[in-house]
Amino acid sequence: MHILANPARFLKIARPLTPWLGWGGALLAALALADGLFVAPPDYLQGDSVRIIYLHVPAAWLGMAGWAGIAVASLMQIVWRHPLAAVAARAIAVPGAVFTALCLATGSLWGRPTWGTYWQWDGRMTSMLVLLFLYIGYLALGEADRERGGEGRITAIFGLVGAINLPIIHYSVLWWRTLHQGESIGLTGSTIAAPMLWPLLVSVLGFSLLFGAVVLMRMRAMLARQKVEARLRRQAA
Amino acid sequence: MNRWVFVIAAYAIALVATLVLVGWSYAAMRRAERDAEALRTRQ
Repeated sequence: MHILANPARFLKIARPLTPWLGWGGALLAALALADGLFVAPPDYLQGDSVRIIYLHVPAAWLGMAGWAGIAVASLMQIVWRHPLAAVAARAIAVPGAVFTALCLATGSLWGRPTWGTYWQWDGRMTSMLVLLFLYIGYLALGEADRERGGEGRITAIFGLVGAINLPIIHYSVLWWRTLHQGESIGLTGSTIAAPMLWPLLVSVLGFSLLFGAVVLMRMRAMLARQKVEARLRRQAA
Repeated sequence: MNRWVFVIAAYAIALVATLVLVGWSYAAMRRAERDAEALRTRQ
């Protein structure tokens, strides 16, 4: 992590890595979604609506992993003042918010034919909605801080404090046994049948690589803009 | 209830959102890096 704190060193790795993550992720996600749509069997209870999990689970994972990434980058920004930490956290926020919104949208579309409702104030759904609001708040706070010329420390503290929602999301299905099902994939095994599990895992991997590519592209854009601003400031001085 | 309607809606929303996110990030990166390169070569 400390090795990547140097922007020049980071760019040297990020430039060749971006297309590999992007194309690799697109290929894996496309294969997994095609399998999920046309090859994987329907569930004996849910029928064909189970095919939505190949989108819903990666989106939920990336929404949560995104905020975990923001929290780690925020900690590095506060403690070690790494020049790239704030850039990384800001770069993660938009894709994190998009995938959290996708998790809520696809979950809602799964809920209607399965539970008979698009929305319930269930523990898991409500805590995911809170995560989306946290992302929106983080983006707004970051923009406001940047306009004021701040160093982003308040935003970093917000990113760190917001991580308290992650264990709440994870344990919500145990703490409040309402509508959302418990976890089907654990560290030791899974209750999902293999023909459904494999496309799900490949989809999670594919979308994760795509997420990584988007974060790298956004970081490269931010670093390039910072370089332009620094040069223009030097010219003006 | 036809469950495929919900499946197709979910896939359409997710694919469009992902493509827009990737395309927008790529365009922003290319634009910013082109601007930085243009400013560097001008100096």
